[in-house]
Amino acid sequence: MQRHCHNLAETIEIPSGKRSIVLVGNPNVGKSVFFNELTGRYVDVSNFPGTTVEIHRAQYGGDVLIDTPGVYGVSSFNDEERVARDIILHADTVINIVDAPHIERDLFLTLQVIDMGIPVIVALNMMDEVQGRGMTIDVERLSSLLGVPVIPTVAVERKGINELKEAIPRACRGNADPELEEKLNALVAGQLGRGDALLVLEGDEEVARCHDQPAGNLREEIYLRRRSRANKILAEVVSTTLLAKKWNKTMGQWMTRPLTGFPILLLFLYAMYWFIGVFIAQTVVEMTEELIMQEYYGEWVISLIGRFFHEGTFLGELLTGEFGVLTMAPIYLLGLLLPLVIGFYLALSVMEDSGYLPRLATLVDRAMTGLGLNGRAIIPVILGFGCVTMATITTRLLGSKRERIIATVLLGITIPCSAQIGVIVGLIAPLGMRYLLIYTATILLVFGLLGKVLNSVLPGESTHLLIDLPPLRLPRIKNVAAKTYTKSVAFIKEAAPLFALAAVLITVLDYTGAMSWLQDVISPLTVSWLQLPSEATTAFIMGIMRRDFGAAGLYGLDLSPAQTLVGLVTITLFVPCIASIMVIIKERGWKDGTYIWAGSFVVAFLVGGILARLL
Amino acid sequence: MIMLDQVKRGQKVEICRIPDELVRAQAIRFGVGEGTVVTCAGKLPAGPVIISKGNQELAIGRGLARKIAVKEAS
Repeated sequence: MQRHCHNLAETIEIPSGKRSIVLVGNPNVGKSVFFNELTGRYVDVSNFPGTTVEIHRAQYGGDVLIDTPGVYGVSSFNDEERVARDIILHADTVINIVDAPHIERDLFLTLQVIDMGIPVIVALNMMDEVQGRGMTIDVERLSSLLGVPVIPTVAVERKGINELKEAIPRACRGNADPELEEKLNALVAGQLGRGDALLVLEGDEEVARCHDQPAGNLREEIYLRRRSRANKILAEVVSTTLLAKKWNKTMGQWMTRPLTGFPILLLFLYAMYWFIGVFIAQTVVEMTEELIMQEYYGEWVISLIGRFFHEGTFLGELLTGEFGVLTMAPIYLLGLLLPLVIGFYLALSVMEDSGYLPRLATLVDRAMTGLGLNGRAIIPVILGFGCVTMATITTRLLGSKRERIIATVLLGITIPCSAQIGVIVGLIAPLGMRYLLIYTATILLVFGLLGKVLNSVLPGESTHLLIDLPPLRLPRIKNVAAKTYTKSVAFIKEAAPLFALAAVLITVLDYTGAMSWLQDVISPLTVSWLQLPSEATTAFIMGIMRRDFGAAGLYGLDLSPAQTLVGLVTITLFVPCIASIMVIIKERGWKDGTYIWAGSFVVAFLVGGILARLL
Repeated sequence: MIMLDQVKRGQKVEICRIPDELVRAQAIRFGVGEGTVVTCAGKLPAGPVIISKGNQELAIGRGLARKIAVKEAS
């Protein structure tokens, strides 16, 4: 990706004269907890220009506090790193959050920021876990070796936060790698900032291009020396006793060994099914959708609007008709979708914060390599069960173009999103276990076959798994709740306009008679090939607008169990909703995006038809 | 010299050569470079090899492990 050498102060709106204090740390070290503790409310969330990476920014006294995405180092290996890099390069002060039990890994980033010559203060977080792991850390010695203040903290319990606040003005440039000085000074003399100069030496091509400098080739040399400096510091500062509590180590091993790992995964999936599929999809949704949204809200809005626009007129239908912008759209979005989406994000945040996610990636890596992916692709797949649109965006974290294409195809075609799962479960559950199994087996078969075919057809090579297994932790409720809240709000913001648009489109199609015309055109295929009643075509057409509309459209029809199954399989497999089509085209380009879209119809009707003949 | 995928669980080895430049850089950030002594903490059947160094654990896909040269460390 080409990045312009924009002026960061303008892109993220730092008023002139204000200093920027930037939070920097490895993934999952609790940066967001610090951000919230330091700033309280009024937080600005914006997308970093040209990326989907979110930037959190807030006033802090007279300064601006900025959170950055979690990274293992400053460079340009991926979007998160580019964003973090650009913000760090413009920082006046860096608060570096270090995960104390994981200091071995985190110190690399600390030393890199120190080498960049930016004033740093280190928050040594999760100190409460250090003892439990049989470690002791000499904080004073660490501070003097690094040459910057080090404050021990337990952020989730607010311990050390005040000390950290008081220490921010004492942030200073630490002890940088002395062997770098000469080379850095030569570049700095040529008008480069010291941080920029370091990244140029480390071969960051984007930064080099910005300054019309040739990218250096010293990355490896500098990295290795930095690593050995980190190891020397660790040897002096950290002592380990053998009395470590090992429950999480043992548990971590169980999670990655197939014999124990798959039962744990099944247990987790079952808990998720119970929580989302049963508790939320049935109990909660019954209240939110049927009672609150349909009875209270729905009747209220219909009688209110009915005073101005009569039933049967175009405007009346548009606003409060069967597919109305004020009836169907909010009732589905808030009554049905929102509770499901919240449930999914809760589960995902727990997996993320507990450290289970990378272990799951390790466990499934072997199966994924057969499909031309590696274990990391489990992340978009799981997210896909929440929302395919969002999952497609996260395919960016995959290492090569072919992996991104394979993952996008699998997501778009085979993964039903949370909205759809709710409806599917509702329709299949009454039919009994046999139909649920046939449904699952069919979708899994298509998933596997598609992956295998793409893996052998697409040119190039996929990347291998190389993933950090962070310590297992009990997730903190506050953090999980905060993550879930942010993600759910973002989802509603993204989905609401699309829902309204879909409602308008469907009403227009319905009112103008285009719907019945389309039905006539497609229904031979529906009736003779899929052996479904011609009304099912409506469900398919609605499925293009928003996938769960499609599945929900089958509710009202009088179908045999086999017909329900065929209808659900077809709807699951064909075209993702409008939102995900747009995102697929945006991420993969017009050509590939259109192929995926068209291909999904072929796959869906093919599989649906075959199934109809087999049942 | 052997390859990382041939190492047995519990065995201590020194990393001799990591092939790809980006993989090498990423591994150094995680604390594992050429010359680092690591322990094989686990191996999934035909799947990733898990190596550990102190509290740090890394999972390495089998295909990559096959290309990482190691030698036995005492």
